[in-house]
Amino acid sequence: MIDVINLEKHFGGTQVLRGISVKIEKGDIVVVIGPSGSGKSTFLRCLNCMEDPTGGQIIFNGVDIADQRVDINVHRRHMGMVFQHFNLFNNKTVIENIMLAPVHLRCQDLRRAKRSNFFNRIGNVFRKGEQKKELLPVTAGKAEIRREAREEALSLLKRIGLEDKADVYPATLSGGQKQRVAIVRSLAMNPDVILFDEPTSALDPEMVGEVLDLMKALAREGMTMIIVTHEMGFAREVANKVLFIDEGQILESGSPEEFFGNPKNPRLKEFLSKVL
Amino acid sequence: MGNFSQKIDKFIEIFVNQNGYVRVLEGLRNTLTIAVLGLIIGILIGTLIATVRVIPKYKLLPRVLNGFCSFYVGFFRGTPMVVQLLLFYFVALPLAGRHMTGVQVAICVFGLNSGAYISEIMRSGILSVDPGQMEAGRAVGLNFGTTMMKVVLPQAVKNILPTLGNEFITLVKETSVVSFVGAADLYVAFNYIGSNSYEFMVPYLVMALIYILLVLIISAGIKIMERSLRKSDRRH
Ligand SMILES: Nc1ncnc2c1ncn2[C@@H]1O[C@H](COP(=O)(O)OP(=O)(O)OP(=O)(O)O)[C@@H](O)[C@H]1O
Ligand SMILES: [Mg+2]
Repeated sequence: MIDVINLEKHFGGTQVLRGISVKIEKGDIVVVIGPSGSGKSTFLRCLNCMEDPTGGQIIFNGVDIADQRVDINVHRRHMGMVFQHFNLFNNKTVIENIMLAPVHLRCQDLRRAKRSNFFNRIGNVFRKGEQKKELLPVTAGKAEIRREAREEALSLLKRIGLEDKADVYPATLSGGQKQRVAIVRSLAMNPDVILFDEPTSALDPEMVGEVLDLMKALAREGMTMIIVTHEMGFAREVANKVLFIDEGQILESGSPEEFFGNPKNPRLKEFLSKVL
Repeated sequence: MGNFSQKIDKFIEIFVNQNGYVRVLEGLRNTLTIAVLGLIIGILIGTLIATVRVIPKYKLLPRVLNGFCSFYVGFFRGTPMVVQLLLFYFVALPLAGRHMTGVQVAICVFGLNSGAYISEIMRSGILSVDPGQMEAGRAVGLNFGTTMMKVVLPQAVKNILPTLGNEFITLVKETSVVSFVGAADLYVAFNYIGSNSYEFMVPYLVMALIYILLVLIISAGIKIMERSLRKSDRRH
């Protein structure tokens, strides 16, 4: 589903990613570990072009999104991202946070469809039978889009047990609640894959569990996930592929059993001995 | 002291009996029109410029736009308001072959001028918003402009509301120079009363009082707005 080929990233003169290649299949749970400053976040942020890669390719659903000419916004709809510091929209209530993008993008599609239908209809007056262009289906109006998105958002909130928080602002939530809302906000787009950058690192210890539980549930449902984390227990339990990145390169990758049970790279051995 | 009460009598005579109050009301209306419309135009221009200035600058177009905005801001912050009024009225309008009333000219110049100041205020407001907010918007597939409009700018405006209020107060006070291009503001009204009674002490005192009152009312309004906007960060 995602095919990363020789990905490179320079910041000015310094090279942070030095040729990363990895294949990610549908349903994969990939955990990325590595020392601080090794380029884990940069790798993840290059995957949805939050940082523009300076070399290599990222083939996502058959399109090279590292190419500057593609409309990245279209592809980001299919790639959720969850941040260390949640980044909920502070000026929106919890439910508005979840609804904002789905409503906006569906309304935008609606406007585009109407516009193109308008011009095709005029054009069709002059076209003969066979050549007439088909009109795009315009199924729902704006109000209906909002209502549907609201229902979806409410059922997502119900899933994480926060439906009573729908109309409060994020500032009133605990860290664990914020992160769970952030996760369902990305779910609302029905993404093909979700990227997580240290989703539990900014949480108080007693809130780590609730966020990891939600992520485990997603994993069981077959969501494709790429996760940067320091939670080794989680990696061992949930991942089907673990990557060790150091100095911008993948030094070792494999199944968790192999990776943790029988590490080969000396740097990985040293790293594991420190964190386990 | 008898002298002073005479002066007050003269002032009241002209203010009430010779329709001085009509001129004052008209001046007040012009002063407020210029300041309010100037502020609105200024906010639109300022927001636009501030947005241009925070767009990432890899491509040529943003760079060119940014250069133009720098020039614009530099010009309007680097010259006095009076000079701008005179340039607009006596240089720009004749060159364009147009005619405008003094009040219209003042509204345009106040809008252009405050646009330059507000762009700087707005830019600092945008920069005060956590960059994570823009990233989160982009990550769910919204483009730069939409994320700006729906997420970043509302938070930026909230942060700069007090400064924006001060800008409005500055505009109200600066209207006292619009008579340079023939707009009848408060100064013109009280100057008329003064010239007709050969007595300027009381008219100018009353004028000062009206300005102070205006500023106090605006300050109170800003406080109320701030309080209602702060709701979204209250923890309850
Ligand atoms: N915008 C940037 N400009 C310049 N250098 C950067 C930028 N972002 C990251 N870097 C550098 O790239 C390197 C890798 O950073 P990155 O954030 O990817 O590391 P990380 O593996 O996520 O570390 P951590 O575990 O601390 O989060 C670091 O040396 C960092 O200083
Ligand atoms: Mg990181």
